[in-house]
Amino acid sequence: MTNPELVIRKAVWKGEEVDLLVAHGKILDILPSSDAMYEGAEVVTARGYLLMPSLTDVHTHLREPGFEYKEDIASGLNAAVHGGFSNIMCMANTEPVNDNAVITDQMLHRARAEFPDGPRLYPIGALTKKLEGKELSPMYELADTGCVAFSNDGLPVKSTEIFRRALEYASDTGLPVIDHCEDPYLEVGAGVNEGAVSSLLGLAGQPDVAEAAQVARDLLLAEYLDIHIHLAHISCRKSVDLIAWAKKRGVKVTAETCPHYLLLTEEAVEGYGTDTKVNPPLRTADDVEALLQAIREGIIDMFATDHAPHAAHEKEVEFMVAPCGISGLDSALSLTWSLVASGKLTFDDFIRMWTTAPCKTFGLPLNGFNKGDVADFFLFAPDEEWILSPETMHSKGKNTPFMGQTLKGRVISHFLGGKKIV
Amino acid sequence: MEWRHKDLLDITQLSKEDVAHIYETATYFQEINSRPVKKVPTLKGHSVVLFFAEPSTRTKTSFDMAGKRLSCDTFSLAKSSSSLTKGETLKDTALTLEAMNIDGIVIRHWASGAAAFMAERLDCSVINAGDGRHAHPTQALLDGFTFYQEWGSVEGKTILILGDIAHSRVARSNVLLLTMMGAKVRFCAPRTLLPANIKSWPVEVFTDVNQACKGVDAIMCLRLQLERQQAGLLPNVREYSRYFGLGPRQVELASPDVKILHPGPMNRGVEIDSALADSASSLVLDQVASGVAVRMALLYLYLTRKK
Repeated sequence: MTNPELVIRKAVWKGEEVDLLVAHGKILDILPSSDAMYEGAEVVTARGYLLMPSLTDVHTHLREPGFEYKEDIASGLNAAVHGGFSNIMCMANTEPVNDNAVITDQMLHRARAEFPDGPRLYPIGALTKKLEGKELSPMYELADTGCVAFSNDGLPVKSTEIFRRALEYASDTGLPVIDHCEDPYLEVGAGVNEGAVSSLLGLAGQPDVAEAAQVARDLLLAEYLDIHIHLAHISCRKSVDLIAWAKKRGVKVTAETCPHYLLLTEEAVEGYGTDTKVNPPLRTADDVEALLQAIREGIIDMFATDHAPHAAHEKEVEFMVAPCGISGLDSALSLTWSLVASGKLTFDDFIRMWTTAPCKTFGLPLNGFNKGDVADFFLFAPDEEWILSPETMHSKGKNTPFMGQTLKGRVISHFLGGKKIV
Repeated sequence: MEWRHKDLLDITQLSKEDVAHIYETATYFQEINSRPVKKVPTLKGHSVVLFFAEPSTRTKTSFDMAGKRLSCDTFSLAKSSSSLTKGETLKDTALTLEAMNIDGIVIRHWASGAAAFMAERLDCSVINAGDGRHAHPTQALLDGFTFYQEWGSVEGKTILILGDIAHSRVARSNVLLLTMMGAKVRFCAPRTLLPANIKSWPVEVFTDVNQACKGVDAIMCLRLQLERQQAGLLPNVREYSRYFGLGPRQVELASPDVKILHPGPMNRGVEIDSALADSASSLVLDQVASGVAVRMALLYLYLTRKK
């Protein structure tokens, strides 16, 4: 047997006190805690912290190249690793757009230069050139360079014909298409739900059917073409019902939702706080209930942050003018952990939603604490409180509606490929 | 009564007692407006900026006159900016004005929430003269004051608001004020010009103007913006005026003493029959006179508030 290079002692994994043995960046073994001696190994005493597999975020905006004043790859990955993430997928809406090998390569180069041992960056290529929804991007080239999926994200393809062809072409590369579901004409990017609150505030709201109508289109196309499709940031009950229907029919669909859709409702927008402006918008208590139930039933497969950092001056404007988006990498772990702590989700839901499902869907390295798995894990103090503030956040984007809140659950140290990064 | 409110952003901030106090104060100032010399030194040494980021003639003139009649110095700051033209940010405008040590800002802005945005950042009083489709509290108060002078109270009265309610800050603020003061409010508009979630509003909704007018004590017409046609909300002005305009036939269905109001500027022959606007039932010009008195009262109360 190989000798461990790293031993994590007295960590808690699924209620048991364990010792984790790591060698060559991989999991060697996980054993009931003992006083066994491991010669030559670095020993870290975990003192009862929870042992957690590193999380994967399939939906972020790291803003580089082009918008480095909002975020750059270094600051984004730094926020990620402090927030418990090892695998980060980033969207293509940079400037220039990530629709060619040069940009993909540059992103990967920047990530490796800043964090040679991880967290690992996995770019998502543009589905269409310049995200214009007109011509297909060079998907083979993007796949060969390191993209792991394709998406037009916030600028969804308006033409169903082009979208269908893009799905078909992408399927030849073996990589999934991620779609941001939003009807191209129903109050696009309003940032507030159409309903009681928008009506009172005098803001044009976006109805939930704007999302659900596009979800329905995508599901019908995925079934007709027999192609897998991944649906981004699902926010409402109507979409959940459609996805449940499709899954029963055997449609190849996976779906994500974000922490803010599970913890906030449209009422958070009262007072015109622009940090609550997000696309899709915060919905109603009934939608929150539907999403939680969908997670428990496996209809929603995974979490994602939709990390969308913006500069303070961009958000400190009239609600109508402010850009959509919430900076999420710093707080996502604590926020979703609160759902486990309150019993709304189980520990197994949490692990599936942040690790198993995203890694399997996008073919990323997964740590299931099985022998040979990549040794990406962190020690977690589930009850330790901290305040989300501009100072405690590592992201450049301080735009979060949770700002100032006391959150529970903190990363004590984070190991990637067996190396201590945090 | 000691006035303690710093800002007037919407009617929701006011109690029935506050409104009664505003009306009492306005009644006093109304008298000054009928004197040969219409100026008192009440606010001498105070300064107010009229910040209008959206075109307005009557509201701005009304505030300007109200201020000057109280010997308050008024300064106009017009800003022809829209969400599309980038200029100075609202934050910087706010900070710049604050640095000039003014006592109050009257703000008209195209963005819902703009008045609240200013109020959060400024120590001086902020009076909302209309923000997006959100609120226009001084208009509601002058409408309410017009009723108060006509009827004494709106308690038990039924008031119809007719027209483009979806985009109307006047309608939003009036619903809040009139229902708080005990009136019943009706809305009438095509579905495309009603707000989303209308069921949760404390109003009775009609899409037939004849039914809507039956037995009402007052009808408040709203201005139709012609760009609603391009936005796909109505087919054309002709159909709108035939099916949702106020004409003599509708007025006959209302209470015999029905009063007709319009916040202006009117599209004669579109949302209101031209002769009706000039008829004895019309309170349109009373609204204008009320406007000056109510705004004098508001400037007085907010600028001399107990700090």
